Parts: sequence; structure tokens; C-alpha cells
Amino acid sequence: MRYEAPETIKAAVGLLIKARGQSRILAGGTDLMVQMRSGMLEPDLIMDIKRIPGMRDIVPEKGGFRIGAAVSGSELGEHAKVSKMWPGVVEAVELIGSTQIQGRATMVGNLCNASPAADSVPALIAVGATARIVGNKRTRDVPVETIAKAPGKTILAKGEFVSSVFLPKALPRTGSAYLRFIPRTEMDIAVVGSGVCLTLNPKGVVTKARVSLGAVAARALLVEEAADVLLGNKLNDDVLERLADIASDAATPINDKRGTVAFRKQVAGVLTRRAALIAFQRAKG
Amino acid sequence: MSNIHVTTTINGDETEYVCRPDESLLDVLRDRLGMSGTKEGCGTGDCGACSVTLDGRLVCSCLVMGAEVDGHKVETIEGMADGEDLHPLQQKFLEHAALQCGICTPGFLVAAQSLLERNLDPTETEVRYWLAGNLCRCTGYDKIVRAVLDTAKDMRKVAKKSSAKKTAKKGARHAA
Amino acid sequence: MPLDAKTSNDKKAFKSVGTSPIRPDGIDKVTGRARFGADMSAPGMLVGRILRSPHAHAKIKSIDTSKAEALPGVKAVITSADLPKYKDADEDILINIMARDRALYDGHTVAAVAAIDAAVAKKALKLIKVDYEIMPHVTDVDLAMLPNAPLVHPGRYDGMAENEHLALALQEQGKAKSKRKSTNIVSRYDFGHGDVKKGFKQADVIVEHEFTTEATHQGYIEPHACLANVSSDGSGELWVCTQGHFMVRDVCAALLGMDVSSLRVTPSEIGGGFGGKTTVFIEPVALALSRKAGRPVKVVMSREEVFRATGPTASSSIKVRLGAKKDGRFVAAEAVLKYQGGAFPGSPVEMGAMTAFACYDLANVKIVGYDVVTNRPKQAAYRAPGAPMSAFAVEGCVGELAEKLGMDPIELRKKNAAVEGTKSSYGPTFGPIGLVETLDAAKKHKNYKAKLGKNQGRGVASGFWFNFGGNTCVNINLNVDGTLALAVGTPDIGGSRASMCLMAAEELGIPYDDVRAIVADTSSLGYNDVTDGSRVTFASGLATINAARDCAAKLCKRAAQIWDIPADAVKWENGAAHPAGANAGDFPPLSIKELAGQAHSTGGPIAGHYEVNADGAGPSFATHVVDVEVDPETGATKVLRYLVVQDAGKAVHRAYVEGQFQGGAVQGIGWVLNEEYIYGEDGRLQNAGFLDYRIPVCSDVPMIDTVIVEVPNPGHPYGVRGVGETSIVPPLAAVANAVSAAIGVRATTLPMSPPRILEALKSKSA
Repeated sequence: MRYEAPETIKAAVGLLIKARGQSRILAGGTDLMVQMRSGMLEPDLIMDIKRIPGMRDIVPEKGGFRIGAAVSGSELGEHAKVSKMWPGVVEAVELIGSTQIQGRATMVGNLCNASPAADSVPALIAVGATARIVGNKRTRDVPVETIAKAPGKTILAKGEFVSSVFLPKALPRTGSAYLRFIPRTEMDIAVVGSGVCLTLNPKGVVTKARVSLGAVAARALLVEEAADVLLGNKLNDDVLERLADIASDAATPINDKRGTVAFRKQVAGVLTRRAALIAFQRAKG
Repeated sequence: MSNIHVTTTINGDETEYVCRPDESLLDVLRDRLGMSGTKEGCGTGDCGACSVTLDGRLVCSCLVMGAEVDGHKVETIEGMADGEDLHPLQQKFLEHAALQCGICTPGFLVAAQSLLERNLDPTETEVRYWLAGNLCRCTGYDKIVRAVLDTAKDMRKVAKKSSAKKTAKKGARHAA
Repeated sequence: MPLDAKTSNDKKAFKSVGTSPIRPDGIDKVTGRARFGADMSAPGMLVGRILRSPHAHAKIKSIDTSKAEALPGVKAVITSADLPKYKDADEDILINIMARDRALYDGHTVAAVAAIDAAVAKKALKLIKVDYEIMPHVTDVDLAMLPNAPLVHPGRYDGMAENEHLALALQEQGKAKSKRKSTNIVSRYDFGHGDVKKGFKQADVIVEHEFTTEATHQGYIEPHACLANVSSDGSGELWVCTQGHFMVRDVCAALLGMDVSSLRVTPSEIGGGFGGKTTVFIEPVALALSRKAGRPVKVVMSREEVFRATGPTASSSIKVRLGAKKDGRFVAAEAVLKYQGGAFPGSPVEMGAMTAFACYDLANVKIVGYDVVTNRPKQAAYRAPGAPMSAFAVEGCVGELAEKLGMDPIELRKKNAAVEGTKSSYGPTFGPIGLVETLDAAKKHKNYKAKLGKNQGRGVASGFWFNFGGNTCVNINLNVDGTLALAVGTPDIGGSRASMCLMAAEELGIPYDDVRAIVADTSSLGYNDVTDGSRVTFASGLATINAARDCAAKLCKRAAQIWDIPADAVKWENGAAHPAGANAGDFPPLSIKELAGQAHSTGGPIAGHYEVNADGAGPSFATHVVDVEVDPETGATKVLRYLVVQDAGKAVHRAYVEGQFQGGAVQGIGWVLNEEYIYGEDGRLQNAGFLDYRIPVCSDVPMIDTVIVEVPNPGHPYGVRGVGETSIVPPLAAVANAVSAAIGVRATTLPMSPPRILEALKSKSA
């Protein structure tokens, strides 16, 4: 096992390409160290990216924000402008673990760990975020929903890693929200998560919507049918009920130690309805 | 697996050590530096007994690699009292009987200190959510929360006298 | 009652007892200086690690340790071959600490290594090859009792009386007879009096339910840890976090074939136990490794090992039937309790059966309990072992009876409450007890009058625990400056050193700060039973008081010598020797400091001792009131208010008594809402960590209100009753009753996790 802390992206990519065996990126380490301790993972190379310039920065870009891969949950939460523009994303990231975990865990780590229950992922999908992948030959930007292929598996090729996430500029009258269900009030992995992002016209009619569910399938789902039900409507009870039904139907969860199929399906609907209402209130301002 | 040489600052003292790449900061503190005040309850970031601050940020030392703190600043329970003068939180924990077995106490104190550095006027709910990553199985948390709130109250009086207070509040986070 | 105990009914005015001073070990614990199990090291120390079975039940065909032994840095590898059966060893403990021919549960120890560091030890474990043959397993208590269940100990109970248990169990469940000779039912217990059949005939209302509870873990934050050092002359030292170092010494000496006198055990500070540290797991393994390697060996469990391989509590399946007249008077009560306690006999079903109806004055009562073995880790005591589950079932039925009769739940309990003179459901007749006082105080409390909103419910439950006494030995050494060194032999798990100092100070009339208590090692003090059964403040307290009296008597003798008057003409008062009366002579008092300063010229050092097998621990009762709110769309339960009212007899250190009430209540909240051992089809534990074994976090609970009731226990000089355990008896039922009230469905399955609550709501609307 080798620990490296390169100071440029080029050096980092070089290390990854040359590495034999398993390589793992260290940003916050809150997933990596747990996996190593359990014996699930014994990487040959651990590459700490925190010494690469930009990795710990939040930078305004095209009216939105670029969030470096090593920005911790606490740092993101303390950034007033990001919180104001995309409260749904920030609240999702802040739900990951305890205060201690927040001091280290990163949004990009949450994305690349590729857990179906990752809190920040449905929130990022809902706001249309993109991830920047750096690698040997090219740098590419992809929608965040394409990063995870299956639990623990990503599209990243050898030599590649995600260097940042880009949150686009929010249109006027846009609101985002993320809710999750856990058995306790803190410290649990989401049993169901729901991210909603809405844009309204001046009359309060939904003109743009994205709905994403977490922990109810092998990876976070973008539920287009749920968005469709909102488009062209105000959020009256009838629309909300239909939204909840569609979200429940879209969920294809499993029974496991954290929840049952029936529970997850029902709560997917409940949370999506509640998140939509919060997003709606936020969009109205 | 070759050892890594690390130079860091722990409780204000420049400290050097070597560690293997798979060793956590907690392993280094306890096994290499003899600083056993920081406790291991789970090793997976779920209990908070190993809480320390890294560059002023509250973290679980079991989830930080020993290798990566080179050039950074670590504060542990051993640095909390000023010589024989206890930190107000330490004193209040004793007065309120906020510890029974005491194994979680160092982690709670470090976490509570980190809260009060950011927010000297927390609500009960804010205290409870800030400390949600610190497990205590003995007290039911009641006396811990009271001790933190009482410390904040006293420290506000002192702060009022000396200077203006800083408030960077962490909002209470709630699930659905 | 102990020999020379003053009765507490003389309403003694206390000076020290009943206050809340800072504990003597406090500063070390807030500064990180206190040394717990894993905080000790020794020169040349090795790291010990344990290999555990991944199978719930498997034959161990062979173990090949040769590759591990050959790895550089490995100093010892042991298997069951290194732990032969010695004459005095308990066979179940021996098998539990190291599997022999079969692995009996997921996590069962099969081998161990000692190496120069953790990395080498970890590598060595991977090099040990175990050839397993997987066998059928069973983890559920009801399934384990079936005639065709896989057997945990095939043949062990063949031809023994225990076979009748299966027949009786089948008969009680109305099932067909079985010809099978073997069973997993290892004991059957029967308690009660009167005629329940006749009783039920008189009933106007009968409530009957079947309940289940899952196994929960004590969840102490400090994993088991010890440091063993066995010398080549066969003598050994052990540093260990335990609730009973004398027990550890005796058990380990027997397992390793050592003389008791050649093993010295020193207790570390203990990071929580709750009953879970009243037996041995890693200690004999560490000693065996050290003996083989000839070097000190430290073994520290990981959290995963704590969950998989130490002792959780039993899971249970319970049927309760309760009949009452229209006016609320109970006429008959009946319960069948089935507890599985893992792979060895000893589930706490007997205590569950004894406590089940102990709160009530019953003419006709019958309780049957079955102890069942399964392929799970051997259960260990957990705070009032066995009682919370049976209270959950019984108090659930009492709650439903109150609803059916339209009676206030506290009034219903008062009407049937056990009082002094009641013949208890488990046999003895109660002396002075405080159940009614707890009910009255609960009813008066503001929480009982708080208004409830939508989706909210209130639950009430009472609970009982015997409290223990037991073998206890205390020394008090008077120092030259008049301060006291107090040595007790019961590990301090919640501030008991402070309570001991208070009682010694009270008795000798000196300041609290002049007494310092330590927990002495096994070579420095006579034998002490384990810190369990809520016995320490009672029994070590009783011994401390009597040791202080012994000390006072010796001080009086020295004063008599100085004054040249008879010893019985001197009395001890307010920290000084006084002439007993005018006839004794006119001498100014001699303070403890003066007498201590002169001790060396008046006959040498002064010390007080007391040794006792203490009897007379007064039982303790509690009543809890809780309000909850349930989100009907997600099944999430929020605890809004919580009140604990409990009889402490006499609270020695008030803040720590409150702490015991609060801690027990919150453990109970965890048990009822979220905590459970989850086993997969493969018999493996699926949630061996604090992430998915969900103990309450700080934001899950409100402040826990407390009322200390004091009905003195005549068996203790100051009236003390144990308080540690009773507090976990009512919460399961109290919260379940509150949730049932909020959702309008009786909750009978624990934990009442959100999916279960949604299911219950669905069954109601269907």
C-alpha cells in the first residue's frame, strides 16, 4: 500500500495510470477508510487529492458554481451563496453523517462511492448538475446521473477521476429541496431519498421540473414521469397525490435490513410530495 | 508497506512521527504517540469517541489517515485544559454529572467545544444535532446537553464583558 | 438485615448523603487521563487478534495454522488444542471462548494469533485455514422449539429430564406430540399461585396477546479490551475492563489450569457494561496467547466483534392473558415466556418469569418460562436481564385493559398494585416497597397533565427489579493526616466511588473530600462479586458504612487509651472521639486528624474492614410516563416527553441516581423503537456496527424528567435500594403503549420500527 499526495492534476493522473492493482482517491476518506477497515478493500495506491490546487475551492462560474472534489460538507454548508441558490443540494450534502463526518465528507466522494442511498446524488440530479472527469487524454463533463453504473461501480476509466461538480445557474423562480427518510434523526443511511427542483412562471405554474429518487433502485433514479405531472400545473392536492403515486410506482426497491419494499415505495411518494411542496415554496421566494 | 514521515502540530506542539499508509490518525495518536485520551468506540465514524479537530474542523480521527495530516494542526482532549485550569466545559461536565463511565466524554468535550467556538448561544435542538455523532450509552444525553447549555450561558457572560460574540450558526437539520 | 445495621426508619438527618459532589475520578475522565481497557501497554507487548467463524453452525473438520506460524513477526497461534479442559473449568464458557469441534454461531472464536503489530496479526489470521462443514442452523426462538428444528447441541439433552420440556411446550401450544428425543429447550420454569382457570371464570374482561421482542445489545461504547502477561513461572497479570475482576480471575484461572493466587487481575476504568462485561470472552484467550508467546499480549475487540461475539440479550416470544372485573380488579393472570439465549443455556427467562407480574397483587397467577438455545452468541446480562421483555408484554395488556375498562391507567395500576405484605407472583412476600408512591408521583407530575395533539399518544408502564446483595469486602485505611483511602472491589460503572466516599464521610462525620476511593485489584482485597444486579451502592455501601464503623471503633479505642478511660466510655460523633457521657471524664474531643497523627505512637496504623455476603437488598419499582407523536405517513416516532419516577430507597448521590434513571429510559427507547439483531437466512448477523444497530442519538430524545421517590429499605443502614436496573424495565411497555394510543393499534412486535408501524396502520385500515 502506497500513499501519494500529488500537487497537480497531471501528476495525479500519471500516478493513476502507472499504478498496479487497485487505486483509490482520498478526499474526505469517510467511505474509503471504513471500507479499508472492514477488509472490503485493500488498495495498492491511495491518492490524496487535497494538495492539488482548486480541489478545495468553490468558484463562481457562468452564474453557477464549481465545487472542487475535496470541498467538505461543512465548507459547502458555510458558503452562503451556494446555499441561497441551491438549498436542496446543500441540505442533502449536510444530511450526510454527523458533524464530524461533515468536517471531511465530500459531495464528489458521495457521488463516486456510487451507493444507491447517497444523499447528495438525487439532489444533484434534480438540479441538473454535471461532473467534470479528468483523465489522461481528455477532460469531459457528464450529467451526474451517468456517473454510477451500479452499486459501487462508476463509469470512470483507469486514470480518470472526478475533479469537480458544476451547479448551473438557477433560473428565476426556481426552488430545490431534498428529503430523506431515516429511522433515527441523524447518523443513518437513507432508506428513501427524494430530490425535487421546480421552476415557476410568474403565475406560479411549474414550467420546469426534475424529480430524482434515491435508495429505491440500484442507483439514483431520474423520474421523468414525476416531473411531467408537475409541468403546466400548480401544486394543488390532486397534482401532489398523482406525483406521490408516480414516485411510489417508479421506486423498485429491495427488502433489506434498512427497509421493506412496501415501506420504501410508500415513503418515496410521501417524501416526493413533501419535497415538491418545499421546492415550490422556495421557488415562490 | 513503507513508513511515511509526518511533521504536524498537535495541541500546539510540533510533532514528528512515522506511520504506515493504512494507519489512522487515531492509531497514530494512541499507539505511536501515547495519547490515549482520544478513544476508539467503533473505528468507522459512527460513535464520535475519537473526535479531534483538524485545522479547527471537528472530525473523527479514525477516518483521517495518519499520513495526510502532514503540515496541519490537530487538537485533542489532552490540549483542552490550560495546565491545571480546566476548560469551562470540563468543569461543567463534572458539576452536572454529565458522565457516568466516561469513555465518550473526551469526544463529547471536543465536539462541544467546537460547537461553542462557532455558536455561543445554541438552542437545545442545535446542541442535540451538533452532538448527534457522539454516542453515549450511559446518560441518556440529558445531563450532557444541560452541561453544554450551561457552559454556553457562562461563556456568554464572559464574552459580553470582553468583546462582541461571533455567531456562525449551524442550522438545525431535520429529516422529513 | 445486616448484623448491626441501624434501621433507616429513624429518619436520619444526612449531611453528605443526598448531595451531588464531583466524583473523585472526574478530572481524569474529562482530561483524557483516565485509563480504560485499551489504554494500557507493557514493554515488549504483542497484538492479539481473533479468527471468527463466518458460519452460524459448522463442523470444524480441521484447522491448519502452519502458514500463520511461519509468518515473520507472529509469536503465537492458538486453537482449542491450547485450551484443554481442566477440572474446574466451566465447559460452556470454555467452548464459548474457543470453538472446539463445532462453530456454534457467526462470530464464534476458532483461533487466535499474537504478533508484533496489528498489520502482521491481520495477515496471520488470513493464513489460518479452517475446513468447515456447514450444518443446519436456527436463530429464531419459536422455530428452535419446533420438533423438527436443527439441534444446537445434538445428543446433549438426550434421555434427560429436559426432553419433557418439548412435550410440555407442544402440549401448551396445542400441537401434536413428537417422538423426537432431542430438543433445543434446555429448561422450563414455573411460578405462581392460586387457580388461574377459576380466576378467568370470574373475569368480566379478558385481554390476551402474543408479543415478540428482538435481541438487543448493551451497546457500551468501550469495546472489550485486556492486556495479559503470563510469566514463565506460570504466574500472570491481567489488566481488563470488566464489571467483576474477581470473577475474571477465578474463571480464567480455572480455564487455564492456574492457581487462583497466581493470577492477579487489575480492573481498568470501564467504558460501560450494563451487564455485558460480567463474563469473559477475550481474557482467557489473551492469557493463553501470552503464555505461549512468553510476552505481554493486548487484545482489543473491534466494534464488529463486540456485536457478533459478545453477549447481547435474549430475544423473546411471549403470550399473556389477563382478566379483570369491571371495577378493574385483576382476577387472573397467565403468561408463557420463551427466551432464546444463544448457543448455551442461561437465557434470563427465569428472571423474566419472576418479574412479569411482580407489580401486582394477584390471587391467581401462573407463569411458565422456556430457556431455548439457538445458533446465536451466548447472551449476557443486560440491565435487569429478562425483565423488560416480560414487562413489555404484561404492561401492554394492562394498558389495553385500562382502555377497555375506560379507566385511568395509573388508577388501574394503583388498584392492583403490590404493597407491603403482598405475596409476590414469584413467591416471597414483599416488605416495605414504593410502587404506589411512584404511581402517585407520576399522576401528580405536570407531564401527566400535558395536552396531547393529533397523532400523539401517552403511555404508562410500571416495572420491578429484585436488586442483589452478594459477596462484598471493603477496606478503609486511615492516613497520617486524617484522610481516608477507601478500597472497594466492585468496578465503578456509573460514579459509585463518589457514593462510597459519601457514605464513608457520612459515617465518620468528615468532609467528602477527605475520602478517596479506589477499586482495588484482586490481590489487594478479599473477594467481591461482580458489579451487577444494582448491588454496588447497596452492598459495597453497606460494607463501606460498616468498615467506617469499624474504623470509628478503633479510633475510639485509641482516644480511650490517650485519655486512659475504658473504650466503651468513648463515642464517635462529628468526626471526633468524645467522652460518652459526663461520667466518662471531661476531655476535649479528639478529631480524626489528631488521632491519625498520633496513631504510630498509640498502637500503629488504623484501618477498618468489613466482609459480608449481603442480604436485604430492597426491591425497587418504577413508573414511567411517555408521550410520543407518530407520523402516520412514514411511521416515524418522536418521543415528546419522558418521565421516570422510581423508588431509590435513599438517593446517596442524587445526580447519579437521576443519571441511572435517564440512561435506562433511553436504552429502553432504543430497544422499543429501533434496536435489533438482524440475522440473514444464512444465520449471519447483518448489522454488526453502530451504523445499522441504531442506538438512540442525542437528537432522538428529549430531556428525561425524573422524580426520586424514597421509601427506605430496612435492609440498609441508610435505606438504600439499588437503582441501576429498574429504569430499563418499564420503557418498552411505556413507549409501546404510547405508540399504540397514537396509532390506534396495539403494538406487539419489537422493535416498532417505521416499516412495522406503517404495516400496523395498514392492517387497521384494512
